Amino acid sequence: MNQNIERSIHDLREMDALASGDSMVHRVSAGAKLLVTVVYIGTVVSFAKLNMTGLLFMVLYPVLLFTVSGIPISTCFYKLRFVLPLVLFVGVFNPFFDRTPAFAIGSFTVTTGMISMVTLMMKGVFCLMASFLLMATTRIEALCGALRKIHMPQMLVTLLLLTFRYAAVMAEEVNVMTQAYSLRAPGQKGIHYTAWGSFLGQLLLRSMDRADELYSSMLLRGYHGEFYYAETKKRSSGDTLYAAIWCAAFLAARCVNLTQVLGMTVVR
Amino acid sequence: MIRFEDVTFAYEKGKPVLSAVSFEIGKGETVGLIGANGAGKSTVMKLLLGLAGPGAGAGSGSGAGNTKNTGSGRILVEGIEVLPKNLPQIRRKLGFVLQNSDNQMFMPTVFEDMMFGLLNYGMSRMEAERRVDEVLQDLGQEKLKYLYNHKISGGEKRMAAVATVLAMDPEVLLMDEPTSALDPYNRRIIIRTIGALKQTKIITSHDLDMIYDTCGRVILLSDGKIAADGPAEDILMDKKLLEANRMELPLRFATCV
Repeated sequence: MNQNIERSIHDLREMDALASGDSMVHRVSAGAKLLVTVVYIGTVVSFAKLNMTGLLFMVLYPVLLFTVSGIPISTCFYKLRFVLPLVLFVGVFNPFFDRTPAFAIGSFTVTTGMISMVTLMMKGVFCLMASFLLMATTRIEALCGALRKIHMPQMLVTLLLLTFRYAAVMAEEVNVMTQAYSLRAPGQKGIHYTAWGSFLGQLLLRSMDRADELYSSMLLRGYHGEFYYAETKKRSSGDTLYAAIWCAAFLAARCVNLTQVLGMTVVR
Repeated sequence: MIRFEDVTFAYEKGKPVLSAVSFEIGKGETVGLIGANGAGKSTVMKLLLGLAGPGAGAGSGSGAGNTKNTGSGRILVEGIEVLPKNLPQIRRKLGFVLQNSDNQMFMPTVFEDMMFGLLNYGMSRMEAERRVDEVLQDLGQEKLKYLYNHKISGGEKRMAAVATVLAMDPEVLLMDEPTSALDPYNRRIIIRTIGALKQTKIITSHDLDMIYDTCGRVILLSDGKIAADGPAEDILMDKKLLEANRMELPLRFATCV
């Protein structure tokens, strides 16, 4: 159990390490990346449920970003391992409800239900990959700084930042408590249900104490409700170009079935 | 510079933690605040910082807004009374190094942590960065600048915590157990660092050897009252006085058995 918690803490910190990289993608301003990600997700979601070939073109964005940023795609799938099954589950019943034949491959009839299922899965996976890439190539502080610049409510942004930061603190407290428990309960797997109440109560009290001290530390260094971000880059023309090129590409992919066009060109 | 005038304080009515405490600390003094557990050392710090007591306004952290808090007397920092309306002004003058550096360093890197306070006080980014470099250089800890807080050792973390506070150029430095959980080598570095700082310093600790090395004056608290206030040498070598207040002589003065 402790190994799992330690792995979770490590995972959280690994995101920070990934975001501190120094690739071309990392150097793009958080605002530009945020805009591109939002437009990307919006475009992906807007594809019709049977437009699988059109949607296929959208895979280029995450693939290119993974390549340029040097972040292994396996890291993405590993970190999203708990969410991916849920996303894949979304369209799993479509083939049963929609049995209209679309085309046949030999004796096997492909139904529109099957196509819409795959399209839905692709949409989910693409959106998750884009969100992961945003987080993995942008420091949370820079991202929150960008959110504040687009006038996202301060309360929400601070909440996002502190949740991200303190998730590890909370996990550390759980780790210490479970370690103390398991040392006095040898051979026992997990925490016995009779101890759940006091365990959670203690965790809450300890977390509150720690949060209180952290908050005091913030107050004593002039915190008054607005978080100032140490690293916020000014937007450059390169950032504008980055955002413009990607947004134009997404728009083109949405209006024209680029996969089909490419396919036809190759066939000819 | 700092004045406690007849301060009485209780977290719960009828259970005073401090009773009629009065003292004055002059500019540039280094004062050790010692006493057994529960003597009221941390409460003195909290009251001074406005984290508890009459100075604590809504959302002031530790125990703030606790309606059970009762107290009387006045606390002044450079003539300004510790009251909710004066807190920003007072806290600008004070720097507090917490006992647990993990709770002090909440940003991912030392650099960001040091920038946090400076940006909050409206310093420009360029100026703040220059200040960060200056402080790290003064402490000889330039290597810490871009390190992750969770990846540095306990000693480095303590130095980083001191650096975050010094970056804000406080007039008074408050330190809570600065040498706790440090190995002898890092403890020595911290002692040397404290000795070299020019600010007015108030240090609470059970490490009486460190107090002897760094403080010219000692205030001994016992059950919320001042049991002794005077030169460090006089108090820290007075076995009777220390033992009467659940303390012991610093190790260097203790006779080996």
